[in-house]
Amino acid sequence: MTIFSDIGRYLLMIKGMFSRPENGRMYWKEFMHQCTEIGIGALGIVAIISVFIGAVSTLQTAYQLISPLIPLSTIAQIVRDTVILEFAPTLTCIVLAGVIGSKIASELGNMRVSEQIDALEIMGINTKAYLVLPKILAGLLMIPFLVIIAMALGIWGGRVAAISANIISGNIYDKGLHEGFKAYNVFFALAKGYTFAFIISSIPAFYGYYVKGGALEIGRSSTKAVVVSCILILFSDYILSALLL
Amino acid sequence: MIEVRNIQKSFGDKTVIHNVSAVMKAGQCNLIIGTSGSGKTVLMKCMVGLFDPDHGEVLYSGQNFTEMSPEAKTEIRKEIGMLFQGSALFDSQTVEQNVMFPLDMFTKWPHSKKLERVNEVLARVNIVDANKKYPAELSGGMKKRVALARAIVLNPKYLFCDEPNSGLDPQTSLVIDKLIQEITKEFNITTVVNTHDMNSVMEIGNYILYMYQGHKEWEGNNREIIFSKNQRLNEFIFASEFLKDAKEMRMLEETGRIPNHRNLDDTQK
Repeated sequence: MTIFSDIGRYLLMIKGMFSRPENGRMYWKEFMHQCTEIGIGALGIVAIISVFIGAVSTLQTAYQLISPLIPLSTIAQIVRDTVILEFAPTLTCIVLAGVIGSKIASELGNMRVSEQIDALEIMGINTKAYLVLPKILAGLLMIPFLVIIAMALGIWGGRVAAISANIISGNIYDKGLHEGFKAYNVFFALAKGYTFAFIISSIPAFYGYYVKGGALEIGRSSTKAVVVSCILILFSDYILSALLL
Repeated sequence: MIEVRNIQKSFGDKTVIHNVSAVMKAGQCNLIIGTSGSGKTVLMKCMVGLFDPDHGEVLYSGQNFTEMSPEAKTEIRKEIGMLFQGSALFDSQTVEQNVMFPLDMFTKWPHSKKLERVNEVLARVNIVDANKKYPAELSGGMKKRVALARAIVLNPKYLFCDEPNSGLDPQTSLVIDKLIQEITKEFNITTVVNTHDMNSVMEIGNYILYMYQGHKEWEGNNREIIFSKNQRLNEFIFASEFLKDAKEMRMLEETGRIPNHRNLDDTQK
């Protein structure tokens, strides 16, 4: 029964976000603050993960492609499509669920426990609109942007690994990147990016906003938020792949 | 003026507030007192709309707050200031930003005017040279005073203080009590204070509502409480021998006699 109650409260939270802002300028300021927190805050980890994922993909693809009949540029094609279709959106977002999700859940949880949310409510501010909506909008703007960066860095990381391990030359790698490229794959990756962005920002916001108790409960809700977000990301990854590919 | 009529509130099967009614007048400190778990905080949260009561009404200057639309409630809330037990200052903002927050949200004043108002209220609560400090850098008493400054920055008509003295030493508690009392009179605010601090009861209790297990057990003022014969109230208020002695001294001052078994010499020691 708890799951239905949670889904109901989650939907009510989403519905409650949509109201006329008390002061548009303050909401914009909060939105920009969240964009910085989510976008700039997670850029470093996204960059590191993407480069290494691309590099490892190249090495492992080369290791498995032992047939002399397959041209070497195929390695670049496989790395490109793997990074664009799966690694950049899904793996990056799973990491972001940990980085951003736990931050959102613990920030809102701390505000709830220390009565800061009550203080805002007493002032006559719609806290769902002021605290949750900017986080979700910032997530929807910045996470797909991070996914695009992850794609580019992943492919670049693959190139660096290919050259430095003497697997293929830069020219062959670049040639492979251009062969059989489907723009639809990028669209698919971005569709996943937007879906995961909504999950990463709204699920932790829900667990943080409704936390009850003290420091221990904030930690628990933060962990639960990350776990549920990751499961939903993997589930929606499967659904989107089944529907769109 | 705030009027509470037959408020009842339950959580699950447990009723924590039973048909409580009270009238809290403007320009005076209205205290809700009682032991922990007696329903003081729940009653206050029902009054400010953080909880919806199961039955009953809360009226702000005659307007029925309980039955208002969310938009109308928002308008009333702009006239409410609240000092929370844990201060509830925004951790990521400086003292100045905390106090300026309601002005940023609800006024279109230029920054210089807002800053002037912030400095005015901070000076009013005796906070100086702390504008750029973060809440983590402040003492408990300073946090309470900054929170009080934030609560009054928009000139509220109603001020709610939830256990303003919790965690403070007696001297700082007196400072906070005095501030609340002065601000209440100065701006003719209807102030509601939720406390179990006996100094506050005696110092600022213009109207006192004593809650016992969710019921209204007694009401009166800080003079009448001395002479109350309500056993539960007396057990709560004058729990220690020291406080019993203090009560008898106060009775002696007021009436010249002590109507109980203790002898005068003992109380004067």
